[in-house]
Amino acid sequence: MPYSVVPRMWGGLTTPAELRTIADVAEKYQVPTVKMTGGARIDLLGIRKEDLPKVWADLGAAGMVSGHAYGKSIRTVKTCVGAEHCRFGTQRSMAMGVKLERMLFGMGAPHKVKLAVSGCPRNCAEAGIKDIGVIGVDSGYELYVAGNGGIKTEVAQFLCKVKSDEEVMEYSGAFLQLYREEGYYLERTCHYVARVGLDHVKAAVVNDPLKRKELYERLMFALQDYEDPWQAAVAKPAVRREYEIIKIKELTAEVMP
Amino acid sequence: MSGWIKVCALDEIAPQGSRVVASSQGDIALFRTADDRVFGLHDKCPHKGGPLSQGIVHGDTVTCPLHGFKIGLKDGEAVAPDKGCARRFEVKLDGGAVWLQLT
Ligand code: SF4
Ligand code: FES
Repeated sequence: MPYSVVPRMWGGLTTPAELRTIADVAEKYQVPTVKMTGGARIDLLGIRKEDLPKVWADLGAAGMVSGHAYGKSIRTVKTCVGAEHCRFGTQRSMAMGVKLERMLFGMGAPHKVKLAVSGCPRNCAEAGIKDIGVIGVDSGYELYVAGNGGIKTEVAQFLCKVKSDEEVMEYSGAFLQLYREEGYYLERTCHYVARVGLDHVKAAVVNDPLKRKELYERLMFALQDYEDPWQAAVAKPAVRREYEIIKIKELTAEVMP
Repeated sequence: MSGWIKVCALDEIAPQGSRVVASSQGDIALFRTADDRVFGLHDKCPHKGGPLSQGIVHGDTVTCPLHGFKIGLKDGEAVAPDKGCARRFEVKLDGGAVWLQLT
């Protein structure tokens, strides 16, 4: 059964050196398919199981980590080019996206979690169908939650407006922690919010600064000791062994005593 | 008894994990249960050929990663209502070593 590896690209940004590493890995392990994912990352599809630790090691040596592309966890933060490169941009959406993706790295959740940051209401990063959509406006950011581009397309609902990058992180973190604590396994944020009501979310995340801080701090506490399972598979022989096929010499078989 | 081959140490299979042995008869999946028994099955699900070695081991059963058939480790039989059978290979533990019979 072939596997796929999606190297993490924080906020969707990459570098020539990273691209070279990805290209080298794709050639070295004869990766049959290389494509862009829906979350704007590069997918290396069709890797043999026994090659996985080597692929992770090669990418790791170049400073790249896994993108948790299939986990019930933080997936990607998609960004537009924002004020950095767009004449319409009101906020630096790429920088904001990188901060959010780094903050949430390794976060498990009841189901997958996707974010997007757009630099202005033209919304090129499609923030309207994300679990958290952040849209830059002149006076700061608008936050939207519980959007979904999956089986049932749902437009994200307006949560509140904030002024600074730090507030975007605190409000987003608090919302996700609330979802982590109250959501059922396999319940996306759109279903969770439909169940508990947007007012319930607002009461905890927007209207009660103390509660918001506590939620945010619990998330930070949970994330502080994250250990990358892919690097563990590379470094720990006991874990790595699982990927190795046992080869036997049938002709020179030993005789059981 | 013929065709017994020493394949690995018990330690080299994680509890509730599995390893694949490449043989002339195809890939053979070795499963270790939580209580340290080891079973061998052809690494091919009777449903659509899914790699059983990559499934989840629980009790004396492995669940195929592709569509969730539960396959008994002892006999290779699919648990009802599913039907089908994966070929079984004899496995013996001798001290810390795992032996596999290829007939
Ligand atoms: S969302 Fe706005 S800032 Fe971002 S690329 Fe589109 S037009 Fe430019
Ligand atoms: S191939 Fe195993 S359940 Fe379908």
